[in-house]
Amino acid sequence: MNTLKGFSAPIVTGVVLLGLWQGVLALLDPQGFVLPAPSEIVGALIDNWDEVFQGARITGFVVVSGLIAGIILGILAALLVTRFRTANETITPLAVAVNAVPIIALAPIFNNWFGLTSPRSNQAIVVALVFFPIFINTTRGLSQVDRSQIELMESYAASRSRITREVRIPNAMPFFFTALKLAASLAVIAAIVAEYFGGRQDALGPMITQSAGLTRYDEAWAAVLAGTLIGAVLYFAVLLLERVAMPWNSLIRAQSGDQ
Amino acid sequence: MSEVPSMDEAVSSGQGAPPLVIDIRGATKVFNPGKSNQVEALDEIDLSVGPGEFITLIGPSGCGKSTLLRLVASLIPPSTGTVQVNAKPAEQARLDRDYGMAFQTAGLFDWRTVTKNIELPLELMGWSRGARRRRAAEMLELVKLSEFANHHPSELSGGMQQRVAIARALSFSPSLLLMDEPFGALDEMTREHMQDELLRIWKETETTVVFVTHSIPEAVYLSTQVVVMSPRPGGIASVIDVDLGDRNASTRDDPAFFTKVTEVRTALRKVEE
Repeated sequence: MNTLKGFSAPIVTGVVLLGLWQGVLALLDPQGFVLPAPSEIVGALIDNWDEVFQGARITGFVVVSGLIAGIILGILAALLVTRFRTANETITPLAVAVNAVPIIALAPIFNNWFGLTSPRSNQAIVVALVFFPIFINTTRGLSQVDRSQIELMESYAASRSRITREVRIPNAMPFFFTALKLAASLAVIAAIVAEYFGGRQDALGPMITQSAGLTRYDEAWAAVLAGTLIGAVLYFAVLLLERVAMPWNSLIRAQSGDQ
Repeated sequence: MSEVPSMDEAVSSGQGAPPLVIDIRGATKVFNPGKSNQVEALDEIDLSVGPGEFITLIGPSGCGKSTLLRLVASLIPPSTGTVQVNAKPAEQARLDRDYGMAFQTAGLFDWRTVTKNIELPLELMGWSRGARRRRAAEMLELVKLSEFANHHPSELSGGMQQRVAIARALSFSPSLLLMDEPFGALDEMTREHMQDELLRIWKETETTVVFVTHSIPEAVYLSTQVVVMSPRPGGIASVIDVDLGDRNASTRDDPAFFTKVTEVRTALRKVEE
């Protein structure tokens, strides 16, 4: 019951907004290229289903593979940095420096490295963008541990790796998932923008630029819709994963009266 | 000078003398030695605690009572002097898991159920699953929380969490229990209730307890000995024996109780000056 209640408000809001969008366009009747109506976008999605589906598959692969690689690298770096002082002194400034680079601006350069039509360059952009929030947040979660919990483990003569496993990693989980929610949507943006500059030509990015270039805005919007769906699916997958990985967390939130 | 240690030795190895649980000699602690933020936390501490005693460390903030407790726990090493627990270096006693510990924050792991929290030290000691389950159930009975075995800590009140922390500290039957202001964050009623619970458990388990507190009535109510500490650098100002017999509901209104409270308060005033 409660979950239903939680979902009904955003669904109603969405339906009302779509209705307004459709209605206002019907009233004002601007030319189609300014903003197509939702019905036209859905129509274009159905008419071009095969291309859009294929594009979503390719872009989706870039997003998911880049996301996974970025998560793995981010977590490994966080573990290294919290474990070894020298790793902290070398990796952390390097990561901060890399993060200061507008990574998306590197897309044309990466294309040169990996080949203009290779999805590798797009994946590399996604990895580079996902890495930083995962790394920073996980590091914080691994190090900001209740002092008495560490002392307790030391009083049991627990080894460092045991303390990491029993205390630091569970403590870092909420931090990690907060970062992952950010990273998931960031990954979709990164993949599509990177695709504007190169990679496979049947991906969503090129589909948007080409359709827009040919003034087929309803098709461009259909591709954007597909990208939105990838982002939404990923976001809910992360929420689900969070529940499975931290069943105790929903208890804490229920206790403190949050959603 | 040289005769003093040999006399002590003669006493501690003498026939019928119970072995000391804690034996601290000339322990000092200096944090950040040689740096601009150097702090002399403890100065020349001598303290011995026999088996079955309930010792409280009391004193103004910054008197080093938590530091002293951490020396005993071997969570930090002394700068000079020796700390022995169960007639061996404190470090070895820690590796042998000779003591259990509880803090002001219960320090329970949110990701473990109440039972699993109590089992944690037993897991680290390689107990079998069945033995762990049985012991956790026994401990939950001891702290009267059996019906919360499968709850998560966040579902429990502060007092209940503290009882779980005590159950965890005692789960492997250590001969020594170290407690750092464990009831400091509880309201007065819960606090008094927890004090009675702790005394009951102390008697049932025959554990030696070292207890850090700010509260004079708490110190007098719980202890067999109150150790009054002085600040900057931390030292032992006086040791007050408390003999009030078995505590019960009327103890807190007993004139003898108030006399002791006054005695400790006077000692603390002297320290503050």
